[in-house]
Amino acid sequence: MAPLIAVQNLSKSFPGVRALSHVQFDLLPGEVHALMGENGAGKSTLMKILAGVYRKDSGEILYNGEPIHFESPREAQAVGIGIIHQELHLMNHLTVAQNIFIGREPRGRMGILLDEDKLNRQARQLLDHMRLNLDPRTVVGGLTVAKQQMVEIAKALSFNSRVLIMDEPTAALNNAEIAELFKMIRELKARGVGIVYISHKMDELKQISDRVTILRDGEYVATVPTASTSVDAIIGMMVGRKLEEVVRTHASGHDGELALEVRNLNCGPLCKDVSFSLRRGEILGFAGLMGAGRTEVARAIFGADKLESGEIVVSGKPARIKTPSDAVAAGIGYLSEDRKRFGLATGMDVESNVVMANMANFLAFRFILKQQKIRATVNSFIKLLNIRTPSATQEVRLLSGGNQQKIVVAKWLARDCDILFFDEPTRGIDIGAKSEIYKLLRSLADQGKAIVMISSELPEILRMSDRIVVMCEGRITGELSPHDATQERIMQLATQRETSKAA
Amino acid sequence: MAQSESTTVAGSRMVAARARFFGPSARQKLLAFASLIVLLVFFSIASPDFMQVDNIIGIFQATAVNGVLAIACTFVIITGGIDLSVGTLMTFCAVMAGVFLTYWHLPMWTGVLAAMATGALSGGISGTLTAKMKIPPFIATLGMMMLLKGLSLVVSGTKPIYFSDTENFPVISQDSLIGLVFPGLPIPNAVLILFVLSVLSSLVLNRTALGRYTFALGSNEEAARLSGVNVDRWKIIIYALGGAICGIAGLIIASRLNSAQPALGQGYELDAIAAVVIGGTSLSGGTGTVLGTIIGAFIMSVLTNGLRIMSVAQEWQVVVTGVIIILAVYADIIRRKRT
Repeated sequence: MAPLIAVQNLSKSFPGVRALSHVQFDLLPGEVHALMGENGAGKSTLMKILAGVYRKDSGEILYNGEPIHFESPREAQAVGIGIIHQELHLMNHLTVAQNIFIGREPRGRMGILLDEDKLNRQARQLLDHMRLNLDPRTVVGGLTVAKQQMVEIAKALSFNSRVLIMDEPTAALNNAEIAELFKMIRELKARGVGIVYISHKMDELKQISDRVTILRDGEYVATVPTASTSVDAIIGMMVGRKLEEVVRTHASGHDGELALEVRNLNCGPLCKDVSFSLRRGEILGFAGLMGAGRTEVARAIFGADKLESGEIVVSGKPARIKTPSDAVAAGIGYLSEDRKRFGLATGMDVESNVVMANMANFLAFRFILKQQKIRATVNSFIKLLNIRTPSATQEVRLLSGGNQQKIVVAKWLARDCDILFFDEPTRGIDIGAKSEIYKLLRSLADQGKAIVMISSELPEILRMSDRIVVMCEGRITGELSPHDATQERIMQLATQRETSKAA
Repeated sequence: MAQSESTTVAGSRMVAARARFFGPSARQKLLAFASLIVLLVFFSIASPDFMQVDNIIGIFQATAVNGVLAIACTFVIITGGIDLSVGTLMTFCAVMAGVFLTYWHLPMWTGVLAAMATGALSGGISGTLTAKMKIPPFIATLGMMMLLKGLSLVVSGTKPIYFSDTENFPVISQDSLIGLVFPGLPIPNAVLILFVLSVLSSLVLNRTALGRYTFALGSNEEAARLSGVNVDRWKIIIYALGGAICGIAGLIIASRLNSAQPALGQGYELDAIAAVVIGGTSLSGGTGTVLGTIIGAFIMSVLTNGLRIMSVAQEWQVVVTGVIIILAVYADIIRRKRT
């Protein structure tokens, strides 16, 4: 069978980064071909080049045997390569039909007015063809994420796409919705559509994909048939090198000193009756599935969202935390999972960000910035955390994800908080920077800081935590010591819904 | 290797230090500054009357009020907000100065401070509307703009208030402190106020916590809040500071006219915003400089003055100004795309 897409020797660089280096890839009709690799391995870059979002530097892409060279996603779409981005790109206020045919609306007789009936009819046909029970006149904003995704797929198919690229399509879906999506994918396969599937979830790949191509650090590793390859083998190829082991030194000297106690915290549907305690020198892992409410708990304690009820005790004293600035005053720091939105002013320089939480310490007459002191402090953090930046006045947006994360860390170290919440501290950063962050967390704990680490990566939780709290649907469903914690045990607690718990 | 790396790091530090001195949008300011020079050269060649001391001083004087208002706007715009009330607030402060001095016979400097306090209070209200009540700044200050316009008319009984009882009031803007020190340079005090204010504002923006938070709000307000910054309070303070600066503009214009004209003021806010934008401050917030704003204000008054000297009809002057604003912002967009 001739491949739909054949990629050879593809390379792509961004300023300072070699994102892809001599990568090969091919896609057969009616095949689901998974792309695997850690963050920064080059999956997204490859996919975006295929879809015409980025332009390649060198190499060859054949589509149906013809070399292609896209200038824009529009061109890729026109020849039949569609992409479903992780973040959906729909206009929430328009209807399903209007979204599907945006930019290609059928016109009425005069060519001026839009023919809404024809539009809905065409959309109806398309949805029927996909066996989707959805009214084309529904406003998209009111649909579930899963349904919205189906609309995206319908939109891609309306171009008669022969290739469909899906970037972590299940990230926001529940199990029933995933089953629905997989049904759709099998349907498409049967029609000869080739699907490039990106996901981090191994079990999904096993279910849905035919072949897996593994990338690592922008380079091609291997392409293997899914059915005959073990999950361990795939992970082995993804990671490649052995990670530097962080020696688990369980905190001893600080045992007994309670840093934080949270009792019966309630804040919205994803933080229900949460109680836990945290000791100095300890790393408390918060495990759970995405959307289990771990971030919500952290935000509630930090005063970012309004508490409904509950008690927060810091170092034995009840704390009244209504705003983040109260929390900071009480010695609590929160490192958000979404650095760019909640953690950094990326348009500002390194030093402005580092002193953001602790400006009062750098003021003369409570007003004028002490430039020298700021510069000295920031430079010492740059050295301490090994932040790779040309200078303290470099704009943060120009730095890599790992270095940006270190700047957020530096911000809270500069504030000298006793209690630190790390929300997905290693998300989106490369392996090297990851192990540096691990070392940093451990050394902070050793210095007597109390640390909560929220993470969706089980190996990370198991390796770093002195104690593990597991959440599901806004409740704490269990607490484990590192000795009796296993991935299976955590997953069991993470999926323990309220009904099954009561039974 | 390590050697060369450390030299490049040192080199980039120097570049960074230089960028810091000129401010973050140094290049845009260079662009604005170059446009200003081009305009000056063009008008000098076009008309022999342009490069005369009197005319230049006239340009300076014409820039004073718009420049001061534009500085007020610069702070607010850097936070990612907008203040449409600066023009009518200026007038309201002038009217209140009339009330304080002419009706209540307060001592001159008390009246002056009270007028500025009026501005700060009004700015503080705008800030509270945005920060606490979450009304978008455009709407909040649009409301304040109309409210203040009406109040000026109400308070003054729609008639000008003259400062006939306060003999020294015209001194504020019309006399020349510089002329006293350097005879032959009769630059009026209004211009002196503009320059002192720009230097102070520039220092506040770049060297104080208030300035740092101004940029932080415009750059990423949520990140600032989650860093423990009391963003609401700082926003109110920044709007209040802008209001106080409008009070200064009100005093300058009242002193120049030796009266408070209650019908004046609307339209000034757009000139001020135009100066800010020409000066390279982004309306989406996070970047901007006072120096750029001042250059922007000068570009606008040089244009008006030069076109008038060339006997271009007034209606065409307005057309040209519109074109210049669009060109200036477009140039900025092109520059941003390239970097």
